[in-house]
Amino acid sequence: MRAFYGTTLANPLMLGTAQYPSPSILEAAFRESGAAVATVSLRREGADGAGQAFWAMIRDLGVHVLPNTAGCHTVKEAVTTAHMAREVFETPWIKLELIGHTDSLQPDVFQLVEAAKILSDEGFQVFPYTTDDLIVGERLLAAGCEVLMPWGAPIGSGRGLANPYALRAMRAEFPDTPLVVDAGIGLPSHAAQAMELGYDAVLLNTAVAKAGDPVAMARAMMQAVQAGHLAHAADPMEARDMAEPSTPVVGKAFLS
Amino acid sequence: MQITVNGTPREVREKTLAAILEECGFSGRVATAVNEDFVPVSARGDRVLKDGDRLEVLGAMQGG
Repeated sequence: MRAFYGTTLANPLMLGTAQYPSPSILEAAFRESGAAVATVSLRREGADGAGQAFWAMIRDLGVHVLPNTAGCHTVKEAVTTAHMAREVFETPWIKLELIGHTDSLQPDVFQLVEAAKILSDEGFQVFPYTTDDLIVGERLLAAGCEVLMPWGAPIGSGRGLANPYALRAMRAEFPDTPLVVDAGIGLPSHAAQAMELGYDAVLLNTAVAKAGDPVAMARAMMQAVQAGHLAHAADPMEARDMAEPSTPVVGKAFLS
Repeated sequence: MQITVNGTPREVREKTLAAILEECGFSGRVATAVNEDFVPVSARGDRVLKDGDRLEVLGAMQGG
Protein backbone atom coordinates (compact mmCIF):
# COMPACT_ATOMS: atom_id res chain seq x y z
CA MET A 1 0.00 0.00 0.00
CA ARG A 2 1.29 3.50 -0.81
CA ALA A 3 2.35 5.45 2.28
CA PHE A 4 0.70 8.69 3.37
CA TYR A 5 3.56 11.13 3.99
CA GLY A 6 5.68 8.21 5.14
CA THR A 7 2.95 6.59 7.23
CA THR A 8 1.72 3.17 6.16
CA LEU A 9 -1.81 2.59 7.39
CA ALA A 10 -2.85 -0.74 8.89
CA ASN A 11 -5.95 -0.72 6.69
CA PRO A 12 -7.55 1.55 4.09
CA LEU A 13 -10.50 2.90 6.11
CA MET A 14 -10.62 6.55 7.18
CA LEU A 15 -13.69 7.16 9.31
CA GLY A 16 -15.34 10.41 10.32
CA THR A 17 -16.39 11.09 13.89
CA ALA A 18 -19.47 13.29 13.35
CA GLN A 19 -23.22 12.62 13.58
CA TYR A 20 -23.16 9.40 15.64
CA PRO A 21 -26.14 8.77 17.94
CA SER A 22 -23.83 8.88 20.99
CA PRO A 23 -20.14 9.06 21.91
CA SER A 24 -20.21 5.42 23.02
CA ILE A 25 -21.54 4.30 19.63
CA LEU A 26 -18.84 6.35 17.93
CA GLU A 27 -16.21 4.68 20.09
CA ALA A 28 -17.64 1.21 19.41
CA ALA A 29 -17.73 1.86 15.66
CA PHE A 30 -13.98 2.55 15.72
CA ARG A 31 -13.12 -0.31 18.01
CA GLU A 32 -15.24 -2.86 16.11
CA SER A 33 -14.12 -1.77 12.65
CA GLY A 34 -10.49 -1.05 13.45
CA ALA A 35 -10.48 2.00 11.14
CA ALA A 36 -6.94 3.34 10.85
CA VAL A 37 -7.72 7.07 10.67
CA ALA A 38 -10.23 9.32 12.44
CA THR A 39 -11.17 12.68 10.96
CA VAL A 40 -11.86 15.44 13.47
CA SER A 41 -12.63 19.14 13.47
CA LEU A 42 -12.47 22.33 15.52
CA ARG A 43 -15.33 24.37 16.87
CA ARG A 44 -15.86 27.09 19.44
CA GLU A 45 -15.09 25.66 22.85
CA GLY A 46 -17.56 26.28 25.66
CA ALA A 47 -16.56 26.77 29.26
CA ASP A 48 -17.90 23.22 29.84
CA GLY A 49 -14.83 21.84 28.04
CA ALA A 50 -16.81 19.51 25.75
CA GLY A 51 -13.89 19.42 23.32
CA GLN A 52 -11.52 18.10 25.98
CA ALA A 53 -13.62 15.00 26.66
CA PHE A 54 -13.98 14.28 22.96
CA TRP A 55 -10.26 14.66 22.35
CA ALA A 56 -9.44 12.35 25.27
CA MET A 57 -11.68 9.67 23.77
CA ILE A 58 -10.15 9.95 20.29
CA ARG A 59 -6.63 9.83 21.72
CA ASP A 60 -7.49 6.65 23.58
CA LEU A 61 -8.56 4.98 20.33
CA GLY A 62 -4.93 5.01 19.23
CA VAL A 63 -5.77 5.85 15.61
CA HIS A 64 -4.16 8.38 13.29
CA VAL A 65 -5.93 11.72 13.57
CA LEU A 66 -6.74 13.78 10.48
CA PRO A 67 -8.15 17.25 11.36
CA ASN A 68 -10.22 19.01 8.71
CA THR A 69 -10.96 22.57 7.71
CA ALA A 70 -14.64 21.81 7.14
CA GLY A 71 -16.85 24.78 6.43
CA CYS A 72 -14.04 27.09 5.31
CA HIS A 73 -14.80 29.24 2.27
CA THR A 74 -11.66 31.36 1.98
CA VAL A 75 -7.93 30.69 1.85
CA LYS A 76 -7.31 32.78 4.97
CA GLU A 77 -10.01 30.98 6.95
CA ALA A 78 -8.66 27.56 5.93
CA VAL A 79 -5.03 28.45 6.64
CA THR A 80 -5.88 29.90 10.08
CA THR A 81 -8.01 26.85 10.89
CA ALA A 82 -5.14 24.55 9.87
CA HIS A 83 -2.78 26.34 12.25
CA MET A 84 -5.26 26.06 15.08
CA ALA A 85 -5.85 22.37 14.31
CA ARG A 86 -2.12 21.64 14.35
CA GLU A 87 -1.88 23.12 17.81
CA VAL A 88 -4.89 21.26 19.23
CA PHE A 89 -4.26 17.87 17.62
CA GLU A 90 -0.45 17.96 17.47
CA THR A 91 -0.22 16.65 13.93
CA PRO A 92 1.05 18.13 10.66
CA TRP A 93 -1.75 16.29 8.83
CA ILE A 94 -4.59 18.46 7.58
CA LYS A 95 -7.60 17.50 5.48
CA LEU A 96 -7.89 20.69 3.46
CA GLU A 97 -11.48 21.54 2.59
CA LEU A 98 -12.29 24.75 0.79
CA ILE A 99 -15.96 24.81 0.00
CA GLY A 100 -17.03 26.62 -3.13
CA HIS A 101 -20.71 25.86 -3.39
CA THR A 102 -23.31 25.73 -0.64
CA ASP A 103 -25.59 23.05 -2.06
CA SER A 104 -23.09 20.61 -3.53
CA LEU A 105 -20.26 21.44 -1.10
CA GLN A 106 -18.08 21.22 -4.19
CA PRO A 107 -14.46 22.18 -3.49
CA ASP A 108 -13.31 25.59 -4.71
CA VAL A 109 -10.29 24.15 -6.47
CA PHE A 110 -8.70 27.54 -7.23
CA GLN A 111 -8.54 28.53 -3.58
CA LEU A 112 -7.69 24.92 -2.69
CA VAL A 113 -4.47 25.01 -4.72
CA GLU A 114 -3.54 28.38 -3.21
CA ALA A 115 -4.11 27.23 0.37
CA ALA A 116 -2.35 23.90 -0.28
CA LYS A 117 0.76 25.78 -1.42
CA ILE A 118 0.80 28.03 1.67
CA LEU A 119 0.31 25.14 4.07
CA SER A 120 2.78 22.80 2.34
CA ASP A 121 5.41 25.52 2.47
CA GLU A 122 4.73 25.88 6.20
CA GLY A 123 5.38 22.20 6.81
CA PHE A 124 1.85 20.85 6.82
CA GLN A 125 1.13 17.47 5.24
CA VAL A 126 -1.92 18.33 3.21
CA PHE A 127 -4.72 15.90 2.30
CA PRO A 128 -6.72 18.01 -0.18
CA TYR A 129 -10.43 17.30 -0.63
CA THR A 130 -10.69 17.90 -4.37
CA THR A 131 -12.68 17.05 -7.48
CA ASP A 132 -11.68 14.33 -9.94
CA ASP A 133 -10.11 16.93 -12.30
CA LEU A 134 -6.68 15.77 -13.46
CA ILE A 135 -5.22 19.23 -13.99
CA VAL A 136 -6.24 20.33 -10.53
CA GLY A 137 -4.60 17.16 -9.24
CA GLU A 138 -1.37 18.09 -11.01
CA ARG A 139 -1.50 21.61 -9.57
CA LEU A 140 -2.03 20.23 -6.07
CA LEU A 141 1.01 17.98 -6.41
CA ALA A 142 3.04 20.91 -7.73
CA ALA A 143 1.88 22.90 -4.67
CA GLY A 144 3.46 20.26 -2.45
CA CYS A 145 0.64 17.80 -1.77
CA GLU A 146 1.65 14.14 -1.71
CA VAL A 147 -1.90 12.78 -1.37
CA LEU A 148 -5.06 13.52 -3.39
CA MET A 149 -8.60 12.98 -2.14
CA PRO A 150 -11.13 13.28 -4.99
CA TRP A 151 -14.81 13.21 -4.17
CA GLY A 152 -16.92 10.19 -5.07
CA ALA A 153 -20.13 12.22 -4.86
CA PRO A 154 -21.21 15.27 -2.81
CA ILE A 155 -20.55 15.07 0.94
CA GLY A 156 -23.32 13.26 2.79
CA SER A 157 -25.18 12.28 -0.39
CA GLY A 158 -24.48 8.54 -0.18
CA ARG A 159 -24.72 8.26 -3.95
CA GLY A 160 -21.57 6.24 -4.44
CA LEU A 161 -19.04 6.90 -7.19
CA ALA A 162 -20.73 9.37 -9.52
CA ASN A 163 -17.98 9.14 -12.13
CA PRO A 164 -15.95 5.91 -11.93
CA TYR A 165 -14.41 6.72 -15.32
CA ALA A 166 -12.86 9.94 -13.99
CA LEU A 167 -11.62 8.20 -10.85
CA ARG A 168 -10.05 5.45 -12.97
CA ALA A 169 -8.36 8.09 -15.12
CA MET A 170 -7.03 9.74 -11.98
CA ARG A 171 -5.56 6.46 -10.78
CA ALA A 172 -3.84 6.00 -14.14
CA GLU A 173 -2.57 9.59 -14.21
CA PHE A 174 -1.04 9.50 -10.71
CA PRO A 175 0.35 5.96 -10.33
CA ASP A 176 2.69 6.85 -7.44
CA THR A 177 0.42 9.17 -5.45
CA PRO A 178 -1.76 7.84 -2.62
CA LEU A 179 -5.37 8.45 -3.66
CA VAL A 180 -8.38 8.45 -1.36
CA VAL A 181 -12.02 8.58 -2.39
CA ASP A 182 -13.44 11.10 0.06
CA ALA A 183 -17.18 11.72 0.35
CA GLY A 184 -20.28 10.32 -1.30
CA ILE A 185 -19.96 6.73 -0.11
CA GLY A 186 -23.32 5.30 0.98
CA LEU A 187 -22.83 1.53 0.90
CA PRO A 188 -20.03 -0.98 1.37
CA SER A 189 -20.30 -1.80 -2.34
CA HIS A 190 -19.36 1.80 -3.16
CA ALA A 191 -16.33 1.57 -0.89
CA ALA A 192 -15.31 -1.74 -2.43
CA GLN A 193 -15.64 -0.25 -5.92
CA ALA A 194 -13.26 2.58 -5.02
CA MET A 195 -10.71 0.08 -3.76
CA GLU A 196 -11.17 -2.13 -6.84
CA LEU A 197 -10.16 0.90 -8.93
CA GLY A 198 -6.83 0.80 -7.13
CA TYR A 199 -7.44 3.57 -4.62
CA ASP A 200 -5.41 3.52 -1.45
CA ALA A 201 -8.15 4.32 1.04
CA VAL A 202 -11.74 5.46 1.41
CA LEU A 203 -12.84 8.28 3.70
CA LEU A 204 -16.45 8.19 4.85
CA ASN A 205 -18.59 9.36 7.74
CA THR A 206 -22.33 9.70 7.16
CA ALA A 207 -22.78 6.20 5.71
CA VAL A 208 -21.71 4.75 9.06
CA ALA A 209 -22.94 7.41 11.48
CA LYS A 210 -26.43 7.57 9.99
CA ALA A 211 -26.92 3.81 9.54
CA GLY A 212 -29.49 2.19 11.82
CA ASP A 213 -26.63 0.20 13.35
CA PRO A 214 -23.47 2.29 12.94
CA VAL A 215 -21.24 -0.31 14.58
CA ALA A 216 -22.32 -3.08 12.19
CA MET A 217 -22.02 -0.72 9.23
CA ALA A 218 -18.49 0.28 10.28
CA ARG A 219 -17.52 -3.40 10.26
CA ALA A 220 -19.20 -3.88 6.87
CA MET A 221 -17.24 -0.94 5.46
CA MET A 222 -13.98 -2.38 6.75
CA GLN A 223 -14.70 -5.74 5.15
CA ALA A 224 -15.64 -3.98 1.91
CA VAL A 225 -12.44 -1.91 1.64
CA GLN A 226 -10.34 -4.94 2.45
CA ALA A 227 -12.18 -7.06 -0.16
CA GLY A 228 -11.78 -4.32 -2.76
CA HIS A 229 -8.10 -3.91 -1.96
CA LEU A 230 -7.50 -7.66 -2.27
CA ALA A 231 -9.49 -7.80 -5.49
CA HIS A 232 -7.45 -5.02 -7.09
CA ALA A 233 -4.23 -6.77 -6.15
CA ALA A 234 -5.62 -10.04 -7.57
CA ASP A 235 -5.93 -8.47 -11.05
CA PRO A 236 -9.61 -8.95 -11.97
CA MET A 237 -10.73 -10.58 -15.22
CA GLU A 238 -11.80 -8.43 -18.17
CA ALA A 239 -15.55 -8.02 -18.61
CA ARG A 240 -16.98 -9.21 -21.93
CA ASP A 241 -20.28 -8.73 -23.73
CA MET A 242 -21.07 -12.36 -24.65
CA ALA A 243 -21.27 -15.50 -22.54
CA GLU A 244 -18.44 -17.96 -22.36
CA PRO A 245 -19.14 -21.31 -20.67
CA SER A 246 -17.11 -21.83 -17.55
CA THR A 247 -17.72 -25.61 -17.63
CA PRO A 248 -15.51 -27.28 -20.28
CA VAL A 249 -17.34 -28.33 -23.45
CA VAL A 250 -14.76 -30.94 -24.42
CA GLY A 251 -15.80 -34.46 -23.36
CA LYS A 252 -19.46 -33.58 -23.01
CA ALA A 253 -21.70 -36.67 -23.48
CA PHE A 254 -23.87 -36.90 -26.60
CA LEU A 255 -27.35 -37.36 -25.15
CA SER A 256 -29.72 -35.53 -27.51
CA MET B 1 -12.62 46.33 28.82
CA GLN B 2 -15.17 44.67 26.63
CA ILE B 3 -14.13 42.05 24.08
CA THR B 4 -16.04 39.41 22.12
CA VAL B 5 -15.38 35.80 23.11
CA ASN B 6 -16.64 33.22 20.62
CA GLY B 7 -19.17 35.73 19.32
CA THR B 8 -20.50 36.84 22.71
CA PRO B 9 -19.63 40.26 24.18
CA ARG B 10 -17.90 39.97 27.51
CA GLU B 11 -16.34 42.25 30.12
CA VAL B 12 -12.85 41.16 31.19
CA ARG B 13 -10.42 42.49 33.83
CA GLU B 14 -7.24 40.86 32.53
CA LYS B 15 -5.12 42.24 29.69
CA THR B 16 -3.07 39.38 28.23
CA LEU B 17 -4.56 36.56 26.21
CA ALA B 18 -3.19 33.93 28.59
CA ALA B 19 -4.81 35.61 31.61
CA ILE B 20 -8.08 36.29 29.80
CA LEU B 21 -8.42 32.62 28.89
CA GLU B 22 -8.03 31.72 32.54
CA GLU B 23 -10.46 34.42 33.62
CA CYS B 24 -13.06 33.08 31.18
CA GLY B 25 -12.67 29.56 32.50
CA PHE B 26 -10.96 27.91 29.54
CA SER B 27 -8.64 25.10 30.42
CA GLY B 28 -7.11 22.17 28.61
CA ARG B 29 -6.21 22.13 24.97
CA VAL B 30 -7.63 25.04 22.99
CA ALA B 31 -6.39 27.12 20.06
CA THR B 32 -6.89 30.86 19.84
CA ALA B 33 -7.31 33.57 17.24
CA VAL B 34 -7.59 37.33 17.84
CA ASN B 35 -9.31 39.43 15.19
CA GLU B 36 -9.21 36.43 12.84
CA ASP B 37 -5.44 35.89 13.22
CA PHE B 38 -4.03 32.77 14.85
CA VAL B 39 -2.18 33.36 18.13
CA PRO B 40 -0.06 30.33 19.11
CA VAL B 41 0.21 29.13 22.71
CA SER B 42 3.76 30.45 22.93
CA ALA B 43 2.58 34.02 22.21
CA ARG B 44 -0.41 34.14 24.58
CA GLY B 45 1.53 35.48 27.57
CA ASP B 46 2.76 38.54 25.66
CA ARG B 47 -0.30 39.21 23.57
CA VAL B 48 -2.26 42.13 25.06
CA LEU B 49 -5.86 42.55 23.99
CA LYS B 50 -7.63 45.87 23.63
CA ASP B 51 -11.21 47.01 23.90
CA GLY B 52 -13.35 45.64 21.06
CA ASP B 53 -11.03 42.76 20.11
CA ARG B 54 -12.60 39.58 18.84
CA LEU B 55 -11.31 36.41 20.48
CA GLU B 56 -12.01 32.92 19.11
CA VAL B 57 -11.29 29.92 21.34
CA LEU B 58 -11.55 26.57 19.56
CA GLY B 59 -11.41 23.03 20.85
CA ALA B 60 -11.60 19.52 19.43
CA MET B 61 -14.88 18.56 17.85
CA GLN B 62 -16.39 15.73 15.83
CA GLY B 63 -15.77 16.02 12.10
CA GLY B 64 -15.98 14.20 8.80
